[in-house]
Amino acid sequence: MLTLLIVLLLIGAAAAWLAEQRSASAPRLVALATLGLALLLLLPLLFNTANGALIAVQGDSWLLLERHAWIPRFGISWLLAMDGMSLLLVLLTLVLGLIAIAASWTEIGERQGFFYFNLLACLAGVVGVFTALDLLLFFVFWEVMLIPVYFLIGIWGHEERHYAALKFVIFTQASSLLMLISIIGLAYLHQQQHGSYSFDYFALLGSGSESPYSFWLMLGLFIALVVKLPAFPLHTWLADAHTQAPTAGSVILAGVLLKTGAYGLIRFLIPLFPDSLESFAAVGMTLGVIGIFYGALLAFAQYDLKRLVAYSSISHMGFILLGVYAWNALSLQGAVMQMLTHGFSAAALFMLAGAIQQRIHSRDMRQMGGFWKQAPRMAAIALFFAMASLGIPGLGNFIAEFLILIGSFQASVTATLLATFGLVGAAVYSLIMIQRVFQGPQQSSHTLADFDRREQGTMAVMMLALLLLGLYPQPALDLLQPVIAQLQALGQTSSSQLAGVMP
Amino acid sequence: MLKLLWLIPTLPLLSSLVLMLGAGRHSKTLVASCGVGSVGLAALITLSIAAGFNADDSHRQLLWHWFSVAGLSTDFALYLDGLSLVMLMVVTGIGFLIHLYAAGYMYDDPDYARFFACMNLFLAAMLILILADNLVLLYLGWEAVGLCSYLLIGFWYQDPANGMAARKAFVITRVGDAALIIGLFLLYAELGSLDIATLMSAANERWPNGSTTATVAALLLLGGAVGKSAQLPLQSWLPDAMAGPTPVSALIHAATMVTAGVYLIARCHPLFMLSSVAMTTVAVVGLLTLLLSGCSALVQTDIKRILAYSTISQIGYMFLALGVGAWSAAIFHLVTHAFFKALLFLCAGSVILALQHRQEITEMGGLGRRMPFIFGCFLIGCACLAALPFTSGYFSKEPILAQAWAQSPLLWFGGALGALITALYSFRLIFVVFFGELTTEPKPLQRPGWVALKMPSALALLALLALFGGALELPLATVLPGIEAHPPLLIAALNTLIPILGVLACYSLYRLNPELLVRLKQLPGSAALRQFWQQGWGFDRLYDRLLRHPVLWLARVNRNDVADRLSQGIVALSRLSHQLLVEVQSGQVRWYAGIMTCGIVLLIGLGVFI
Repeated sequence: MLTLLIVLLLIGAAAAWLAEQRSASAPRLVALATLGLALLLLLPLLFNTANGALIAVQGDSWLLLERHAWIPRFGISWLLAMDGMSLLLVLLTLVLGLIAIAASWTEIGERQGFFYFNLLACLAGVVGVFTALDLLLFFVFWEVMLIPVYFLIGIWGHEERHYAALKFVIFTQASSLLMLISIIGLAYLHQQQHGSYSFDYFALLGSGSESPYSFWLMLGLFIALVVKLPAFPLHTWLADAHTQAPTAGSVILAGVLLKTGAYGLIRFLIPLFPDSLESFAAVGMTLGVIGIFYGALLAFAQYDLKRLVAYSSISHMGFILLGVYAWNALSLQGAVMQMLTHGFSAAALFMLAGAIQQRIHSRDMRQMGGFWKQAPRMAAIALFFAMASLGIPGLGNFIAEFLILIGSFQASVTATLLATFGLVGAAVYSLIMIQRVFQGPQQSSHTLADFDRREQGTMAVMMLALLLLGLYPQPALDLLQPVIAQLQALGQTSSSQLAGVMP
Repeated sequence: MLKLLWLIPTLPLLSSLVLMLGAGRHSKTLVASCGVGSVGLAALITLSIAAGFNADDSHRQLLWHWFSVAGLSTDFALYLDGLSLVMLMVVTGIGFLIHLYAAGYMYDDPDYARFFACMNLFLAAMLILILADNLVLLYLGWEAVGLCSYLLIGFWYQDPANGMAARKAFVITRVGDAALIIGLFLLYAELGSLDIATLMSAANERWPNGSTTATVAALLLLGGAVGKSAQLPLQSWLPDAMAGPTPVSALIHAATMVTAGVYLIARCHPLFMLSSVAMTTVAVVGLLTLLLSGCSALVQTDIKRILAYSTISQIGYMFLALGVGAWSAAIFHLVTHAFFKALLFLCAGSVILALQHRQEITEMGGLGRRMPFIFGCFLIGCACLAALPFTSGYFSKEPILAQAWAQSPLLWFGGALGALITALYSFRLIFVVFFGELTTEPKPLQRPGWVALKMPSALALLALLALFGGALELPLATVLPGIEAHPPLLIAALNTLIPILGVLACYSLYRLNPELLVRLKQLPGSAALRQFWQQGWGFDRLYDRLLRHPVLWLARVNRNDVADRLSQGIVALSRLSHQLLVEVQSGQVRWYAGIMTCGIVLLIGLGVFI
């Protein structure tokens, strides 16, 4: 079923490319249908879990698990699995995929077939990343999701797209190399200890902590993941990539791709290297807090609307890093919630920036102002997402940040104090954005059309999602609860005690 | 009737949603009836609940489970007891009158619907704050109040100054909010719950009197309270908040927002009573604020700014009352203050409208004969503000001063001095604006018949409340610990006489003996002092120097991200090595041969010597 999902997306990608020969606008319909079908495929799973009928496949938190031999000689298998966390993130991926298509509906005019091919191929890679439990398979999907983004930025991006795309590729490929080295190192260690190579997640759990090189292996994986997150000081690819990417690219980058880094930290880094919680937590939390402030400060300083949103993402991802390294039920639930809610709020803000750029051909906020009068709906919607971004209670982002902070308070009071005052920074840059774009005297040089039906509908989906996650987050939290409980157990035990968890 | 409790915040919320989704397409009549009517209905439900309410009761209404994670369980649940009922009546009652007035005041504004959508949301947020059964829900209301104040202060968004004032209010109160939420983290970490009732009884059980943790927790909550209630050191946003339309100011100052801090401390009084340090801090913060802002009110020339500083000062009295343990007196003063401050702001609004949006009192004068009704209302409001005998302000301020005397004569002295200042600045307003020669001719307001009636009727009702509100009996006896203080006769007499003295002094300065005032103003240092006071004791400049400018500077110099130098460095390095290698490829055989020879010699040398 999980294989089917990924294959479906890949077939859809190929079909979209081929469909271009029929008509220029056929690819987007194919893409839309593919994602719709993929969502339908997941629907029964959601209802099963909602009824409490968990399909207990493995341990107690896995909903689905498939294992096929792939390269048995090196212990590499086609191992895909899904638990509540993967399910939520895959759902986020597919929904944001739909939103990305809606965002490119009129924006992308040329080479539509190849565009939607890349979009779907990237999503297939992301779904793979969120479900793969074989480390090498994980790495393969990690690469699959990155290369299409290079094309998305490089071909359909804005004025400095080549520079941004190249920077993106260099950062991600260099860090992927580190990840590959760490993964192979872990498999090699397994061979040393047990006589055979293995890339199996369940076989490697906790094993990283038992080797003399564990710190270096951990560091390699850590760097690879936080480049993606991104954390200070490895964030510099992000502003260029987000700014230059077409709207759909920014939506996917901010909404989904950043989350793969956070997901990797929670799913792989800590369970594989549980000792690092003790030795490395201080570094992780410090980087998180620095990211919160540094991102906020940079966001505040920008005149480019997309750059502002991009830097605000760094600030929000800092909270995730803090929550992960606090590693308790509250903070982890918060971190996963933050992935979901930031996925929607950042995607919406990028779509807003894209819509404005499409209308006035500029992202420079010095050329904007007073748009409230011309586009009141757009202004109200922007205000809604600015409020989500600064963490107004009632919207999902508050639940996420509240849970992260109340959890991390029990791990580190100092880091939490600082991070909480980071919320003031979020207020400053969010409100200055509203001021510069929508308030103040009206700029006469531009006329701005308000959101049309398609854009209003897309925004409404994201607004409803954030409201639901803010006012009634319990279903999502319940879905995560067994996953988090198991992860927590993994973080506290060494591999010798893990016999019960291994299949 | 208790079953309808959930409707009280829901009605304004619904109306706000309807107005927002209507996006300005509704007619003004519909907007007004929706905006005012929903609040009126909420007020009616509140009244009917109050009629059947037994003062010893408390009532919890569960709406739905919000979230529960790992032992942290939070509900959307409402809690009603005497304290929240009193607050409900103030917020819905005064809120309704202000809405009624605003329906007339804002009639010309093109964004009539947006105005009422925000006003209704403001009230809904405040009602949730009051009715919250746990601190997380309270925090939801707390933040939503901040959001609405932002929207309303910056309502006329075309002027960047208004946007600046709105952002200032939001950001400064957010600093307080950060302290408050850290307080929540601490309370949860220590006591394992965020439910207010559970929390308070757990605090009483587990923390001994004077425990450090209790002090820290109480001070963190106080941090939140000083932000929303505009007390030292986070008071500087309120005077600038005058950028919004006048009914907004009335709402912020009387019914919502600034009273939230007082309510929070009263709600959490068992926690504060555990720590004498926290109590003293509350009292001292209140005292300092009331004196400092009283002095500032003396020298302002903008009618709304005078009233704004007077609010900060009166909230200071409430904090003083909370700090000395006069809990119910603090809430009583909150109630009467809501009556007369709403009255004063709305009167000021009428004056401002009549003078075509002039706000400087130097441009006003002699309005008493031209606007007798407004003059009468304003006089009532000022008499209450100055706490002249038998007005509502007198009945609420007197017990605060009495209890302050019982705690410490120093606190009483400060409070009494504040009362003198209050009388001076409130009657300065009366004498300057309504007496003397006519400076600007007021223009009668053009409104269609039914709209024209709304403003005076709201004013008349508020004036009645302000006059006779002192006779109200609040159902607080079971919620808040009561303290009966009987100061010596001399002190009681002074408490009554000082405001009268203040009014007489003001009369002699502004009416009998203007030369004396001129001479006072010519005293050495007087101009500098007045300027210092007028700028709110330099707090804005201090924060600019200390925080705003450094952050702006840092943002400016780091606009291009220092960390990006790393990747730029890699690019530069590869360019450099590229260029070096290019130099080597010169195409000259001599050069290649030379290099080759050098290389061979080097290699042989290495082989020989190592």
